[in-house]
Amino acid sequence: MSGGEASVVIDVRLRAGAFALDLRETIAARTVALFGPSGSGKTTTLDAVAGLRRPDEGVIRIGRHVLFDSRRGIDVPPYERRVGYVPQDLALFPHLDVRRNVLYGARGRAAAGGAGGWSLRERGADDGTPRSPLGAGSEGAHGTHASVLELLEIDTLMSRSVDGLSGGERQRVALARALMTEPDLLLLDEPLAALDLGLRDRILPYLERVRDELGTPMIYVSHVTDEVRRVADWAIVLDAGRAVRSGAPAEMLESTP
Amino acid sequence: MPVRCKEPGLRGGRADEFRKEEGAVTAELVEVTGFTVLMAAVATLVMLPPGVAVAWLLARREFPGRAVLETFVSLPLVVPPVATGLILLKLFGRRGPLGALLEPLGIDIVFTWKAVVVAMAVMGLPLLVRATRAGFEQADRRYEAIAATLGARPWRVFWTVSLPLARRGLLAGTVLGFSRAIGEFGATIMLAGALPGARTLSVAIYRNAELGRDAAAMTLIAAAVTIGFAAVYLSNRLGTAS
Repeated sequence: MSGGEASVVIDVRLRAGAFALDLRETIAARTVALFGPSGSGKTTTLDAVAGLRRPDEGVIRIGRHVLFDSRRGIDVPPYERRVGYVPQDLALFPHLDVRRNVLYGARGRAAAGGAGGWSLRERGADDGTPRSPLGAGSEGAHGTHASVLELLEIDTLMSRSVDGLSGGERQRVALARALMTEPDLLLLDEPLAALDLGLRDRILPYLERVRDELGTPMIYVSHVTDEVRRVADWAIVLDAGRAVRSGAPAEMLESTP
Repeated sequence: MPVRCKEPGLRGGRADEFRKEEGAVTAELVEVTGFTVLMAAVATLVMLPPGVAVAWLLARREFPGRAVLETFVSLPLVVPPVATGLILLKLFGRRGPLGALLEPLGIDIVFTWKAVVVAMAVMGLPLLVRATRAGFEQADRRYEAIAATLGARPWRVFWTVSLPLARRGLLAGTVLGFSRAIGEFGATIMLAGALPGARTLSVAIYRNAELGRDAAAMTLIAAAVTIGFAAVYLSNRLGTAS
């Protein structure tokens, strides 16, 4: 699934109380921004794509990989979707240190391939003398992992507790954790909303690096025009659960106050 | 599993007579306390798997009969323990549905130490479930959802996220269940009787008081209070520490 040309299809109907989501989008772009006021259905859309919320009907597809199809009775569970999700509150596991947070998903993949792999690495990580950021046994097959840590400059944070991190560091750890699963698609919910302006400018380059160097397709939820302009190459404007406009970010943002 | 204490080698004389009695009291204290703590520990181990499973189900799942299960598990808290004991006796007796199942396997529950464990586990379970369930409910479900997107299957999510986040409730529930097991009387006396060598603190206190052996009863009460104090103190500490 690293084809790059793969399109993401989000064609879903979902009702939750008074709110109704009705999207029929086929996205060919690499980085898509979902843009719109709060309550317009941005997070609900991400939850549906991640498999955390089941649409009433429709199809969700990444390239040929069908994640959800109500007619064919397909509903791939979230742990098999290969969709990375960085939620707005980040949801860093409070009972695990940075290393264990970051490796949580990487470990899951390794464990799915061969049971012995991750326990060895975990033991290596436990002895408190990291030779590489991942601890013993991380080199070789996990080249992507090493480059994620390098890209996001996590190396020096690995032994820290999650509580002690600054806002920007938390953001990078959450991003790294999602990328370590080598996702087919990365979902980012207002990744910069909790950061002050100065910090935003320091995190944005990290996002650009992820986009350019790892080439992971992204759906990026935001209501900040600058961010969208810098990160996204396609924008969809949502309102009350419907896509009201979509197109190149510059055009979309001009017509949005 | 009686804990035997060697009688000190005493010879005749009044002082020796007195010491002999004192020795008997000490022997009973050691035996009964040891037996009670051991049985309560076994009962706690027995109630943990079903207790944690029920707590998790009640905290995390919607299913038909949920309210019935919820009520049923709490029932031993409100039904007189003696009544619970009698129900257990009917279930585990030779002609009871569970007793008949176990008899061909050579497992006899009623009036053995196993009966003590069963009575303690049933009576401790509601407290374990309540505290553990609260622990699960306080843990943000968002963490579990994100763990799933990171590739963790439900079983792994449970062990690596749900259970560690609920650990305070689980610890408090374990201590509470254990303490309840230590103090159990009504169900135990119905199901296990008061056989020598299989007497819990409560049963031994009752027997001694009944026979007018106040000194022996008071010694056992001191032991019961000490264990109870330690357990509640520990549970409160666990509640405040991270």
